[in-house]
Amino acid sequence: MKEPIYTVSRDYRKEIADDKYYYARSCIRQNFFPGSEVTFLRVLKENLGRDIWDDPHHTTCTGIGYHSDVVPFNTIQTVIARQFSLMTENGYENFVASCVTSFGMYIEITETWKHHPEQLEQIREYLKKATDREFMIPKNIAHTSDIVYKFRMRIAEQMKYPLVNRRTGQPLKIVDHIGCHYAKMFPDKGEGGAEFTQVLQGMIKAWGGATVDYPERRHCCGFGFRQYLVQANRGYSVSNSKKKFESMQPYEPDAILTNCPGCAMFLDRWQFVISEMHGVRYGKDNTTIPVFTYEEMAGLVLGYDPWDLGLQMHQIDPRPFLDKIGIPYDNDRMYKTKTGKMIGEYTPQQTR
Amino acid sequence: MNNMKLSEILKQDIRYKEALNACMNCGICTSVCPAAEFSDYDPRILLNIVQTEDDAELEKLLKSDFIWLCGQCMSCKTRCPRNNVPGLMINVLRRYSQELGYFTESKRGRQQYALNKVLNGNILGEGYCIVPESVKPDLHPEQGPVWEWIYRNLPEFYDRMGANLHKPGAGVLRKIDDKDLDEIRRIFEETGAMELQDAINKFSEQKAEDLGYDDMNQYFVDIFKGNV
Repeated sequence: MKEPIYTVSRDYRKEIADDKYYYARSCIRQNFFPGSEVTFLRVLKENLGRDIWDDPHHTTCTGIGYHSDVVPFNTIQTVIARQFSLMTENGYENFVASCVTSFGMYIEITETWKHHPEQLEQIREYLKKATDREFMIPKNIAHTSDIVYKFRMRIAEQMKYPLVNRRTGQPLKIVDHIGCHYAKMFPDKGEGGAEFTQVLQGMIKAWGGATVDYPERRHCCGFGFRQYLVQANRGYSVSNSKKKFESMQPYEPDAILTNCPGCAMFLDRWQFVISEMHGVRYGKDNTTIPVFTYEEMAGLVLGYDPWDLGLQMHQIDPRPFLDKIGIPYDNDRMYKTKTGKMIGEYTPQQTR
Repeated sequence: MNNMKLSEILKQDIRYKEALNACMNCGICTSVCPAAEFSDYDPRILLNIVQTEDDAELEKLLKSDFIWLCGQCMSCKTRCPRNNVPGLMINVLRRYSQELGYFTESKRGRQQYALNKVLNGNILGEGYCIVPESVKPDLHPEQGPVWEWIYRNLPEFYDRMGANLHKPGAGVLRKIDDKDLDEIRRIFEETGAMELQDAINKFSEQKAEDLGYDDMNQYFVDIFKGNV
């Protein structure tokens, strides 16, 4: 399938490696969207035939601890140097992070090393002394969404369910949320920059949907690290999500597509909270708006079973979106183990 | 460090010079800042105070709630016409507020005790910043009934998702090998992370005592819920 014509300047396009990736998992995605990481690897291997190394030895990058100010800068630099050492040891040069904040830190740190070579030498010493390891800086650093974006037309060629309303034949309206650390820190490292971010928009368009440029598109979801992690501060988090919901509401979106695992969780959960507390919902006719990760969206258009993607982990019911496209699903499988046993009690998701 | 001017101490951090290139006070950072919209935080005022290099003002800043209101989204970085990064300066200020023991003078600063315990407990104990067991539904009502259901059935549920919860080998939420955890611990020891944790704990214990606590668990609960 032919790639669509770009509407953004070449200055805002980034280099994305096309094969042989070292994969670093995300703390939040593993906890709240485990099916998304499983799906990402499945799509890369089964649908795209790529080589990606899933290394059991890497750890958290400590990014949440760093942005909560309980992990020093030298420490996170050295932990990240260790991830690079594992990549080097396994014979890879292209590093792919599943987390937007990790991605931001990998860029922040490699840029720091470019501007302050003495800092790089210091980190090499720390790592050598602590672990006897050495490392190469990756040739290419990408976020996992960059890879899906790069191969969006290949995915489109294998697509079973385009993002089209089966009753009206119209493209579904999808609002995107990029996640601050993808491009706000280093705009030239995100596809489309911070201003004209293409990474999710490109997927939506390639898969038949329509995007909406709502006013608060670039606003933070409100995670804020300590502003969510400490219970007393969570008003910050929900207030920022609410600002986004109010901004997208007039466009009556069919779904929200997110880049960052934290944002996916917050835009899902805070809709539930606002609905419970105030009875306010932001979709058409006072319904909630389903939220998806880009891996889930890729899996849906490719015809993967919605419950294998992990859509039963969402508090906001995704089924109205599946119904609009005509994606079949078996309600009985939703709450069952692989062998068909019921997992605990049935728990309704939030539809209205 | 005790004999140095506070403004000189701040400049020891490599991030200081990355964060400040002469702020002209245009206020664009404040206009896009999510924290400025919903709290008294103001990145323009923050950089203004730092630029004065006035030690008395800086000390007041390090002892205030103000520096703990930033959400680290870094929207300020994207928009600043001078390439300043107030959000990065926040990291510098928070670092020294903790190292010097000033953080316990503010309600928001005191929350570092809880964050340190939870996050570094997870990182050094499990190799992750967050593990499902640490997201307790009674402390996270916003996670909703879906999370309560998942939490009640963690092993079966994560197995259904294709995860490898707390088991050896590769995969989602796998058990991180002791050898790998040891390397992380040694990195923490080598790079000053343990000293930071010790400082947070030491100053928090002093503050708890001053406030009449004889139980640090209760202090944890109260700062986490915003009671003290």
